Order: sequence, then C-alpha cells, then structure tokens
Amino acid sequence: MNILVCITHVPDTTTKIKFVDGKELDKNGVQFVIGPYDDYALARAVELKESLGAKVTVLNVGKQETEPTIRKALAIGADEAIRIDAEPSDAIFVAHQIAHIAKQNSYDLILMGRESSDYNGGLVHGMVGEMLGWPSVSPCMKLDLEGTNAKMQKEIEGGKELLEATLPLVAGCQEPIAEWKIPNMRGIMSARTKPLNVVEAISVEGAISYNSFDLPPERSSCKFFEVDQVDDLVNALKEEAKVL
Amino acid sequence: MSVLVFIETNEGEIKSSSLEAVCYAKSINENVVAIMAGEASSKELDILGKYGVTKVFYNESEALANDSQGLAEFIFSGVEKEGADLIIIARSSLADSIAPKLAIKAKASIATNVVDLPSSQSPLTVKRGVFTGKAFATVSLPEGRKVLTLAKNAVGLKESPSSCSSEKLGFSEVASPKVKRLSVEKATGSILLPEADKVVSAGRGLKGPENWEMIEELANTLGAATACSKPVSDMEWRPHHEHVGQTGIKVSPSLYIAIGISGAIQHLAGVNSSKTIVVINKDAEAPFFKSADYGIVGDAFEVVPKLTEAIKRVV
Repeated sequence: MNILVCITHVPDTTTKIKFVDGKELDKNGVQFVIGPYDDYALARAVELKESLGAKVTVLNVGKQETEPTIRKALAIGADEAIRIDAEPSDAIFVAHQIAHIAKQNSYDLILMGRESSDYNGGLVHGMVGEMLGWPSVSPCMKLDLEGTNAKMQKEIEGGKELLEATLPLVAGCQEPIAEWKIPNMRGIMSARTKPLNVVEAISVEGAISYNSFDLPPERSSCKFFEVDQVDDLVNALKEEAKVL
Repeated sequence: MSVLVFIETNEGEIKSSSLEAVCYAKSINENVVAIMAGEASSKELDILGKYGVTKVFYNESEALANDSQGLAEFIFSGVEKEGADLIIIARSSLADSIAPKLAIKAKASIATNVVDLPSSQSPLTVKRGVFTGKAFATVSLPEGRKVLTLAKNAVGLKESPSSCSSEKLGFSEVASPKVKRLSVEKATGSILLPEADKVVSAGRGLKGPENWEMIEELANTLGAATACSKPVSDMEWRPHHEHVGQTGIKVSPSLYIAIGISGAIQHLAGVNSSKTIVVINKDAEAPFFKSADYGIVGDAFEVVPKLTEAIKRVV
C-alpha cells in the first residue's frame, strides 16, 4: 500500500502571532512545526504502515526553509519525501500540486490535516479528492482499513457519523485518529539519509491573494464583580453589553 | 451579477446561519437566489422571502440530504442554471465538505471562514479568520466565479421582505455514492455549538464530569450551548465535539461564559471572536481575565448557581 501524507510547515501552536507592517508574518523567534492536524495524519499513516505494511511518502509545498520540518516527518516514520518548491500561497494552488503528484504515482490513501493552522482554509483534501475523482472525508476522527474498504468516523455538529468508502480516498484528519508520535534517535539518524526529492511547481490560475493581516482588537480591560454581585453582572450583560 | 446562497436545514428548520448568508448576499446584490435540499413548502418560502430571497431551487430527494458529493453537484447545477457568479454558504460540517468540491467543479476561486462584509466588490475583497483565530487576513478573489463560506455572525440578520418563488431542480442521482453513511450519532434537540448565540464553557476547574449539571442548568437558563476546554475532552469528561480551542471548534457567539478555564493561548484562539466574554475563575491570576470583558474571581461551585438564579430573575 502507498500512502501520501501532505504536511504543512506552520508556527508552533503556542506562538504569539505578529506581522511585519501588517503584510507578512513576523517569523522572528517563531518555532515552525508540522501542522498539528497533519501530525495526526502522519501518525495514523505510520500506524497503518506498522500494522498492515505500507510505504509512506510525505509531501510539502514550501521553500527550502521547510526541510527541517520534512526531515522531522521522515524521523517519525515516513519513508521518503517530496518538496514542491513554491510558497503555498492558496488552497487551489496547493491542491493542484498534490493532485499533479498523485496522478504520477499510485497512492491508495492521501492523508492530511483537516486544515492548516496558519491559513485554515480547510479545502485542500476536498479539492484533491474532486480533482482525482476520489472520495474525500473531513474531519476524520477514525480510519480503519480492511482490504480496500475504509471505515471512518467524521465529526459533525453535536456528534459523529460512521462512513464507509473504497480506496483510493483522501482524508482530512484530526484527533483522536492516532496518538502523536515523537521521533526517536534511530528515526532521527535514518531521516538524514532518506530521499527528499525537490520538484518544481506547476502553474495554477484562480488563487486568491493576501493583501494584509491584522490582529483581533484588544478587549478593553476586564470589569470585575464580587461573588455576591452577580445581579450587577447580569445587569451589565443586559444593559451594557446587550447580550441578554 | 447573480448570487446563489446554499440553504441548510437542521431537524426540518432552516438554519439561522443560512439566513445570515442570505443577508450577506443581499448586501452585495439586490437579487438573491437560494438553493436547498428538501421540501420548499410555504413555511420555507415565507422565511426565505422575509430575508429577501426571490427564488429558491429545491429538490426533496432523500439521497441529497447529508451527501456532500451529491450536494456539490446539485448546487453546481443551480449555479449553471442561474448563471451565478458568486456562491455564498454558511459554514457547518456539511458546508465545509461541500465547498472545496463545489469550487473545483465550478472552476471558482474560494475564500473560507469569512468574518465580515466585503470591503470592496471589484475585486471582491473580504476579511477571513487565519492563524486559527489569532489573526485576520484581507484577501482579494480573482475575476470569475467565486465561492465564500461565512463564519457565524459574519453579518447580522436583517429582514428585507420580497416574494419568494420555488423551482424544482432535477439532479442525476448517483447510483452508489462514493461515501456511504452507515450511521449517525447526534445529540437531538440541543443547541449546536458552532451556531450557538450563547455558549457556557467549563474546564478542569470543575473537578470532574459529575459536576456538569450546574453548567447545563446555566446553559439551559440562557438558551446556550455547552462547551469545554481541551483537557476536559481529552480526559473524556465531555464529548470531543464540545471542545473549543485551536484544535477544536472555533466559536463566535455574542456571549461566551468561561468557568474554571485558565485561558491558555490555544483556548483563546477558539473564542476570541466572541462579542462578550465573561470569565469565572478562583485564580485572580488566570490569563483568561486579560481577554475577558467581565470577570468574577471566585469558586465556580459558589458563583455558577448564584449566576443561574440571577439570570432567571431577568429573562
């Protein structure tokens, strides 16, 4: 079985986000990691490799700066990597790159996070599925294979659905599909020599453009009430905030 | 310009988030056409007409309900029939599955999680949530067909009565859908968290799942949905679909009450689009107070029942 895992290279979840002149992310002091949802996808792929036997290829659309993140995915257990040498400017752009690679290979399963934690489009899995004519499911909380039959659990508002589809398919993953894996020393050593192929991007039309960024407005300072002043709080919610 | 809005129903009722999408469309274009899976009876036509929809495409086939693939194709046939340039969809788990498929089918550009009305029509420029609730980006969509998905409360509801007609739109039923739904587990009758106007959320400070009764009582009194922090869902005190935060549900209610939650940056990312935040925590140093509008430093077990009683007195 061949599994493709698509990963993003994003700021660590604890990062305080700042921008340079409102135009681009201030990368100063920011630690970049594998996208937290992608990490679940990768962990599930490695679990499937361990239980059923599979070759796991990891793919990232990014410039050279993402290679330490890709090496980390190799250390976690992917067998080889592809880096598409371009900025991941938009979901349509990224989806076309992935579909292009998928058409040249014979993957049974394409896994990725439900969304990236930087641009949060949540689109790439569905787009790749559509481009390849494969089923796609997201957010996928559980994925079990029996031959070419996949049983999945999808989160919906207030509950979950149990779904079934036939491989090949695309899934956008989230917890608790697998436990995050931490690379061990052997993994880190072997990752250095695993193949990492750099591929040129194909050109794509229809991408959206990012003009500027801003931060949520700061809240004015918190107004405190004593424990026996709950009536005053309720009154403030009603008369001042007008939310009751 | 022609604008098409996808209308989603829940337990037979049109979702208020879909009506927000209608109002959003109305602010861009006078003529708003809608499309829905299900019966367009006089009840639906009345509601859609109240917010300014002039025509709704519908198909009551059971095969369409909840099938994102089928719905993407169905909406696309509406796009072609109407010659729509812009498709607007309120976010939901179903909509999030439909949108990418529809964008590719319709060869449209797409911006998801839009939080505000467009700042420009040409090029269409909108603000969307990025960095998982920690920031916003202003993006422009290229010429051609476009899809927008809206965050809850991207626009307020505003009535704009017109008369709404209906037109049944056929669709080619897929013999065997690519993804088969085997079963659904869904809380019925409760308020769905992502769409809730008020949310009562609790964390580890509650000490155990057996103490949620007072949270539920406060939520019921307010007509609010219940939510929780990540540790609480990790420990399985509460179901995963109640987890609010960076890796969980992002909410944007008008009122968010956080009880016994310290306010880690990952939790704040999921809630900071809320209009008003109330924090109840016994630790005066809890970081959440820095992001709150109102706060009470006190023991949840003492404050919450008092708060519930106080709210009962006014609502």
